[in-house]
Amino acid sequence: MSEIETAGTVVHEEPGAVRPEPLITLRGVSQTFKSKKGSLKAVDDVDLSVGPGEVLCLVGESGCGKTTTARMAAGLAKPSHGSVEFEGRDIWSMSKREFAAYRKSVQYVHQDPYASLNPIRDVHRTLATPLRKHGLAKGRKDGWEQSAKLLEQVDLVPAESYLPKFPHQLSGGQRQRVSVARALSLNPKLIIADESTSMLDVSIRIGMLNMLGRLRDDLGVGFLFITHDLAIAKYFGWHGRIAVMYLGRVVEFGPTPQVINDPQHPYTRALLDAVPEPDPDLTRTKKAGGGLRSSEIPSLADLPTGCSFHPRCPLHEADTCDVLRPELEAVSADREVSCHVVGRASPLHVPSPRTGGDGE
Amino acid sequence: MAQVSAAPTTGAAGRGAFRGFFRELTRSKTGFAGFVIVALIVGMSALAPIFVDGKMPTDLDAIWGPPRAGHWLGTDMAGKDTLKQIVLGGQTVVFVGFLAAAITTVIAVVVGSLAAYIRGRFDNFMLQLTDIVMTVPQIVLLAVLGAFFSLDSPIYLALIIGCLTWPVLMRSIRAQALSLKEREFVEAAKLLDLGTTRVVFGEIVPNMASYILINFIIAVTNAIYALVGLYVLGLAPLAGANWGIMINNAWIGGAMFLPAAMPYILAPIAMIALLQLGLIMLTRSLEEILNPRLRDK
Amino acid sequence: MPTTDPPETDGPILSVRDLHVAYKTGDGKSVEAVRGVDFDLYPNQSLALVGESGCGKTTLGLGLLRLLPKLGSVPKGSITFNGRGSAVDVLALRKQELRKWRWRDAAMVFQGAMNSFNPVLRIIDQMADTIRAHPDGERKPSKKEIWERSADLLRSVRLEPNRVLPSYPHELSGGMRQRVLIAMSLLLDPKLLILDEPTTALDILTQRAIVDVLHELRAERKFAMVFISHDLAIAAELADRVATMYAGRIIETGTARDIFYGPRHPYTVGLIKAVPPVVGDLPELASIPGAPPSLSNLPEGCSFAPRCDYAEDRCTAADPELNPITERSAGTTHAAACLRWQDVRYERKVVERV
Repeated sequence: MSEIETAGTVVHEEPGAVRPEPLITLRGVSQTFKSKKGSLKAVDDVDLSVGPGEVLCLVGESGCGKTTTARMAAGLAKPSHGSVEFEGRDIWSMSKREFAAYRKSVQYVHQDPYASLNPIRDVHRTLATPLRKHGLAKGRKDGWEQSAKLLEQVDLVPAESYLPKFPHQLSGGQRQRVSVARALSLNPKLIIADESTSMLDVSIRIGMLNMLGRLRDDLGVGFLFITHDLAIAKYFGWHGRIAVMYLGRVVEFGPTPQVINDPQHPYTRALLDAVPEPDPDLTRTKKAGGGLRSSEIPSLADLPTGCSFHPRCPLHEADTCDVLRPELEAVSADREVSCHVVGRASPLHVPSPRTGGDGE
Repeated sequence: MAQVSAAPTTGAAGRGAFRGFFRELTRSKTGFAGFVIVALIVGMSALAPIFVDGKMPTDLDAIWGPPRAGHWLGTDMAGKDTLKQIVLGGQTVVFVGFLAAAITTVIAVVVGSLAAYIRGRFDNFMLQLTDIVMTVPQIVLLAVLGAFFSLDSPIYLALIIGCLTWPVLMRSIRAQALSLKEREFVEAAKLLDLGTTRVVFGEIVPNMASYILINFIIAVTNAIYALVGLYVLGLAPLAGANWGIMINNAWIGGAMFLPAAMPYILAPIAMIALLQLGLIMLTRSLEEILNPRLRDK
Repeated sequence: MPTTDPPETDGPILSVRDLHVAYKTGDGKSVEAVRGVDFDLYPNQSLALVGESGCGKTTLGLGLLRLLPKLGSVPKGSITFNGRGSAVDVLALRKQELRKWRWRDAAMVFQGAMNSFNPVLRIIDQMADTIRAHPDGERKPSKKEIWERSADLLRSVRLEPNRVLPSYPHELSGGMRQRVLIAMSLLLDPKLLILDEPTTALDILTQRAIVDVLHELRAERKFAMVFISHDLAIAAELADRVATMYAGRIIETGTARDIFYGPRHPYTVGLIKAVPPVVGDLPELASIPGAPPSLSNLPEGCSFAPRCDYAEDRCTAADPELNPITERSAGTTHAAACLRWQDVRYERKVVERV
């Protein structure tokens, strides 16, 4: 087994126990936005960590806070509460030099391939600029050759034919690959990929994911992978972990194969059920509405009381779920779920004084 | 497989781009016409002093002479050939116009884009500075300066005009930069730690290139008007012969009421108007030249 | 639920024969985006047009309703609509008749339309505009009638009229706006509805809601549906029939079960293989190597040959016609435009989820 696989496969360990020192740790991170409707808590008390060579998929629908969380991990936004740590140090208290090192090690790939490249720069210039700035390439010829190498890593070959092209001359998939190549230019240890495949045709998503997977396996680059598509999260993060988010909080967390094949939280179940399968007979068995009681996502300005999922939840229990907010608790060796009903049924459940045994 | 060239073209440099430049220029008939007009006038103003002899003897027999052979635009109040004055008189106007516009544009772009990107106290300070400069009345300042210094160098004129007219352009550059800096490719440049200078002047400003260039052309027209205004008001040095001085002479000399003086009055005004028109028409093709996306259509 | 049994009917509601659609390019030339498409759509059937970006599916959809932009034209082919008893030659309709036909007999929900609402008009105003533009006879509908019609339509797409009608578009989510558009398209009870990428850019639970709404509407109103997508999985959810398109032509057509369980064109196989499944273990997935050809520079013979695992010499000789594999009635014949269709195999393991 390769080192990377061992690091990524968490099977019989307590989360965070015997794992290698994480690269990025988010501790109790929250982000509150002020709007006309009041304060919106886009991210509420989230704990996450990604180690070297690991994959953590952040899954949820739009508005769940995954992009905001990713941006905080990338240092693009400062959390309202909590801390973002890189190799143990809080990035917002770092010195300029330490922050520069962090920047080099943690890169970000945007969702929109049409907006993330400067439209008036050709591919070579886009790739060579950071290389030359950070002294990784000296002179024009070196910059050209290294840019070509980066393109080869993202399967844009022959590289020479792509280097002089402008973004508008490339397809969406090609632009996205250039974005990834740019992120690779500083030899990052972690790439935060925000919905890198959602704007691409289904048929080319796999090619992109396979390429990213090679970077993960061959170069040992860790990934914080944001997506709303559980099938993609499963394919890319099979040897890693998934955190499912809803309205700013993590509701389920665990190794990917387990979360996908044995979802515990009713929201995760609904998400899995909703994935369209290219299988007409199988689709007949799907429950209408994904088994949820309502298809409306509440607004952040007007969150439901207690568990924010309770108005839609098929397991909803009156007087418990609409009164008390559930916390993330361990339901098995390496799984955490935020649900009163599921938590109660677990052998690891510790009844808290608030809930008692009968949901008082 | 063809050999990889060691010197890559960036599409905006190299021989290929030059040909592309002319292809784009000819796309818009108005733009091309404007280019021709401007090129001719600038060319004439720049080169004429080399080829045309500057001697203009006073000829008291030919005061306000009508257009005739040898003097196609007639002669002025001192018997000097009007056409010669026109041909030689563009130099200062063109030079001051372009230089002042360049100064204005550079200041506006630097101040505006840095203020938009850095924001905070720097931005507030720059906005205050802009407001102060905007309230300084050009004419009064020039009158005061004229009393203490001899403003005979066109460079001084350009400097003064340039340093007083940048506030308005700065604000619109700043507005553009504010919206551009939210774009994802700017964020990507930040993530790559490219540094403020490179992000502002390497990523943001080039995306405003056509806007800046068009505003530069407009600044040229404004500077020329400002300059002519200074001449008409007698605040600029009246030595030598240029279009502005000709207009001033016509104004002061009461030539407005003399039919024989028509060519002398109309010629410089026509030249200036023609130059302004050519510049405005030129802006039509500039958008396409600078935007690679439109180029391929 | 999608039905694969052909409905009881006499003739097709829409007949397309040898349809070509071309676009004028900058330098006086033109490029064909649709190169000879034939199909029949029967009443109450749903047909999915599936393909990658640039295969011509959107152009085909727009062409069916004559909604092509100025640079587009139909150099060849025929479109015949048979919804109200008599056959209508859609391409020959004149302006006035075309306007009447569109929206009343056939309607379309465009790609990305949920982002092109007028931001300063409330939903009730936008629906009122549509209702007033297509009056039922000479009478002008009253405000009350307009509200009730709109409310009815919204309820049929599972939206709460009192919440949605007084709102502005930005106050509604993407999924809600998409449902409003579907409701508006059904205003005059058309017999044919064309949807272009109805679920793209929507979240997974919202996609499911749209799919459910479309099922209900079809069961209730019995219209024929053509929907266009690059996502094969959605086709499995919604379609009775699937046609895969490549470089402007239909290269395979059949029932949903034909396409998903027994595809016979290598491109269709490639598309299916590119969809990551959510049930089961980690699958081996590969994308189709290469990229679709430029429509102005198509390869010799079969346009898919350069990317095809099954390609032989004879494939570059001529562009294959659709070969019937299983003949059936009501347009559900399974056919593939591949010379080697007999050799094409695809096995997909169906794993039951625990």
